Amino acid sequence: MRFLSLAAALLAPAFASAQALPTDWNAVVDEARGQTVYWNAWGGSTATNDFIAWVGERVQDDYGVTLEHVKLSDTADAVTRVLSEQQAGLTSGGAIDLIWINGANFASMKDAGLLFGPFAESLPNRELVDVEGKTVTTDFTVPVDGMESPWAMAQVVFMYDTADVDGPVGSMAALLEWAMSHPGRFTYPQPPDFLGTTFLKQALVDLADATEVLAQPATDETYADVTAPLWAFLDQLTPHLWRDGRAYPATGPAQMQLIADGEVDIAISFSPGEATTAIANNQLPDTVRTFVLDRGTIGNASFVAIPFNSGATSGAMVVANFLLSPEAQARAQDPAVLGYGTVLNMDALSDTDRAMFEALDLGIATLSPAELGQAIAEPHPSWMTRIAEDWQTRYGVLQ
Amino acid sequence: MAEGLSLRNLVVRKGAEELVRIDAHVAAGSVLTLMGPSGAGKSSLLSAIIGALPSGLTSDGEVWLNSKNITGLAPERRRIGLLFQDDLLFPHMSVAGNLAFGLAAGGSRTERAAKIAEALEQVGLAGFGDRDPATLSGGQRARVALMRTLLSQPRALLLDEPFSRLDSGLKDQTRQLVFGLIRSKGLPTVLVTHDPQDAKAAGGTVIDLGQK
Amino acid sequence: MRAEPVLGFFSVGMIAVLAGPVLAGLIGVLLPAFGHFPQAGLTGPTFQPFRDLFDWPGIGPSIRLSVTTGLIATLASLILSLVIVATTQGTRGFAAVQAMLAPLLSVPHAAAAFSLAFLIAPSGFVARALSPWATGWDRPPDVLIVGDPQGFALVAGLVIKEVPFLLLMILAALPQVRPSQTLLSAAALGYGRVSAWFFCVFPNIYRQIRLPIYAVLAFSMSVVDVALILGPTTPSSLSVNIVRWMSDPDISLRTRAAAGAVVQLGLVLSVVAAWWLAERLCAVIGRQVGPSGRRHGWAERIWPIGAFAGMALVVTGVTGAGVLGLWSVAGFWGFPDVLPDGVSLRGWRRHASDLGKALSDTVVIAFLATAAALVLVVSALQSDRPKSARWLVYLPLIIPQTVFLPGLQTLLIGANADRGIGPVIAAHLIFVLPYVYLTLVDPWRAWDSRYASVGAALGRSPMAVLFTLRLPMLLRPVLTAVAVGTAVSVGQYLPTLLIGGGRVSTLTTEALALASGGDRQAIAVFAIMQTLAALAPFAIALGLPALVWRNRRGLSNG
Repeated sequence: MRFLSLAAALLAPAFASAQALPTDWNAVVDEARGQTVYWNAWGGSTATNDFIAWVGERVQDDYGVTLEHVKLSDTADAVTRVLSEQQAGLTSGGAIDLIWINGANFASMKDAGLLFGPFAESLPNRELVDVEGKTVTTDFTVPVDGMESPWAMAQVVFMYDTADVDGPVGSMAALLEWAMSHPGRFTYPQPPDFLGTTFLKQALVDLADATEVLAQPATDETYADVTAPLWAFLDQLTPHLWRDGRAYPATGPAQMQLIADGEVDIAISFSPGEATTAIANNQLPDTVRTFVLDRGTIGNASFVAIPFNSGATSGAMVVANFLLSPEAQARAQDPAVLGYGTVLNMDALSDTDRAMFEALDLGIATLSPAELGQAIAEPHPSWMTRIAEDWQTRYGVLQ
Repeated sequence: MAEGLSLRNLVVRKGAEELVRIDAHVAAGSVLTLMGPSGAGKSSLLSAIIGALPSGLTSDGEVWLNSKNITGLAPERRRIGLLFQDDLLFPHMSVAGNLAFGLAAGGSRTERAAKIAEALEQVGLAGFGDRDPATLSGGQRARVALMRTLLSQPRALLLDEPFSRLDSGLKDQTRQLVFGLIRSKGLPTVLVTHDPQDAKAAGGTVIDLGQK
Repeated sequence: MRAEPVLGFFSVGMIAVLAGPVLAGLIGVLLPAFGHFPQAGLTGPTFQPFRDLFDWPGIGPSIRLSVTTGLIATLASLILSLVIVATTQGTRGFAAVQAMLAPLLSVPHAAAAFSLAFLIAPSGFVARALSPWATGWDRPPDVLIVGDPQGFALVAGLVIKEVPFLLLMILAALPQVRPSQTLLSAAALGYGRVSAWFFCVFPNIYRQIRLPIYAVLAFSMSVVDVALILGPTTPSSLSVNIVRWMSDPDISLRTRAAAGAVVQLGLVLSVVAAWWLAERLCAVIGRQVGPSGRRHGWAERIWPIGAFAGMALVVTGVTGAGVLGLWSVAGFWGFPDVLPDGVSLRGWRRHASDLGKALSDTVVIAFLATAAALVLVVSALQSDRPKSARWLVYLPLIIPQTVFLPGLQTLLIGANADRGIGPVIAAHLIFVLPYVYLTLVDPWRAWDSRYASVGAALGRSPMAVLFTLRLPMLLRPVLTAVAVGTAVSVGQYLPTLLIGGGRVSTLTTEALALASGGDRQAIAVFAIMQTLAALAPFAIALGLPALVWRNRRGLSNG
């Protein structure tokens, strides 16, 4: 009996959805027409919101899909929502059809069976994706298995104001040195903010002697060893941070505002085009430029996933596929719009499509792909979880 | 015993405690005066007569008006007029508005306006219709309140210390006006007061509730 | 009376609206707090979540922070608003206070917090106005003002919002207390204005505003949005951490969040109880001091403080609003420029379509929730048996939103009733109804019921008395209650987000989503719209009675 109900629970999503299978794309497009897709995506960036609104217009025109952007202040809210629906036994017609997701949120949704799929590899535009060159088959070392579809590449860069900083700072050690001679002029978003933990990971990767172990789940032994340089670095850095490390900006954009206000001079960003876009939007002075560390910086892909109980899986897949179209990718990469890196393989594109990318003016503060270099893979999520917890104990509570 | 207001074994209780008990008949045009110290239950008795006892109080006995038992009727259907020591003119209405509120329904707009003007003239307030009640003197307000009650064509009248707020010159004048009108309209009236002068002017039976 | 069965039904309705969701949500939080959380494979009862909570390194400071900021903010707001009224009552300043109240009140908490942050931050407007000519700064100084570990900025943000609320409550209560006569007779006995106010008017006022004060206390202790913007982060106050744990993808953190919510509830209840005890104590002391006959000349000397405090509040509010307005049209605006590089309507154009949609949803929700609340409250008050309602309406105000809303959400999802605007309106009603009730109950009770007797004696039914006498005479408090209800609805964040499944977006949910991004222009645009949406009813509440009753001296106060 217990086995039966368990089996039923496992099979329920498949049965509940008399929906078109991802493999029959024509059926998907047919079914999508007239559907409304609720895309839960972080709403903190006007540039992103505008881009999503544009996607909505385009899928309405081409596919008759209505896209509603549900603006989140934290992606975890959407995860929690799907979880609550699962707990309440809501196996179809859930409130969320598409989530902008990656990393730990993806890992926990995938683990808990909260996702629809696999679908990503069946999307027609999948063949344009640079599967070899970009980290789109793993997400923070967790295999994607077609349960989410990539739509943008992100890589750590540092923004700095050339009016106040002489030039790029090539390593975490150099950053520490700079901070000590310019007290109060550097900070990072407070972990567990996504960008804040990214800074910690970037420091971990840059300071560690060997990084292979980071691809494996953290164990008590490896953790203590590998993170020792990180804590030594932070112990030295913290007293020289903005506000002596007694307060931190809450998010990446809040940190960016500090540059605009002239409070700090260097800030981390997870989007190579963000600085250029922000300059265009009057959010940063036009003296801001970006740099990467000499040993390279962490990069990952942003994905979209579909909850297991979405009532509009076809519509959601149409949106996910549209996001992979050269038209959408080129627009996302335009710094005047978003400045996000493309996930497409330039060699797989038609000449006209490739020309569209080549014609893009990446803008004054954006590094060229060559300057960005190959992104370093994200450590296993267990590292981030433990580091964020320890950070809280060490620096998040003033005694 | 037919015409008038009969209070038949009317008792007001607070829980088990008996606050006041009365058995009396008030003939048309005459005044029954209830006297007694504060807390003797005078006002509660009036509330019982109009049928609006505050919560916590209960009453027994019957109220008859002109040979009809009105004990079971809602306050607004008993047709018993009520005047307090405060005039209680409605502050959001003009003087005429207050009178129109009292005026029994029916009649055309002009007829009603005429009745109101006539009532105002009767108490020496001709032309005061559009005034804000707050701008009237105490004596003027008392007279408006009286006319408001009378315009509702009550079959009986209850007066709760109606003159206590007026200064002495005004008191006599107002007493004469009120009791004159009561007599001319033949209204059975119950008057609650502290003031022996009121009782004297009223001229009817006096019951002292303080002496049990 | 005859109408009672029907009206009794409305009392039952009120109980259902208030107690039902709160109790359901509470159960939904108590179970996981004691380790019973089948969804995560946990069965209780156990104290593990509490052990977890108290093992968390930030627990001590975050509890201390919640209590101190809540208490200080409430005390400061109360004292300030009393001093402002005591010192301006009967002067021309009083009218000025009244006129400024509506705009200050309608600024949503988050918007007020943002404008305050931008005023007082080291790179803020004040520093810009003084730099570099007076300060010598061509870069903002590295001092911790916003987000200081003691929470002073948070207290300031709360005071800015709570003083207008308490002022409104005091003003609504004033006409019943007849302060002019009282003050006149006290003056005749040789008491100065301020001491007369505190000895003769204040005790009567306090009786009418003590429940709103408890609400302010509970709110200040458990506030989330203002604390996110102005509060310290190392660590943050307890409520902020509860919300964080609650929305963590790591589902096991929910038991810790639930334990935190239970602790938060305990804190709020104990502090309110302590305040109540202090109240008793002050009353005893007050009776000792009052009849001594001394005339307390010193009390008169504090009156400029009230004028100054009132001015400071107004100046902060106006400057803050001005800065918000400036940001909404600013081009690049770097330190130490007092004004932005350029000005354009780009921000407004950019958000126009989102604004329109969010505004219409906001208005519809606020209107329907407030209308429903008004009907329920008036009906319950009319039935004259709301003794139980008094504590009942405090449930949603004293039990913090973060404690019971998630449990309620699970319940609604289970009933598959969490879609669209209807459930959101119902959820708003939970919070709108208490404020409507609280704003209305004292003026309602203070209404001289002999008017009702007169009305009945003049042959009018209870319904007619209600509509022709009581409601018109209480027009000002009724409209005030509507305005407060609307402002409460406009400002709701968690209920809209959680109960609407994220699909209902109001000006507030949009503003807070944008707030997480720190785009000041977008925040300013939405904050201004939010303020306007809440402002309109207040303007009506203050303006309409004055207009309708302009020839009725008996209905003006002061």
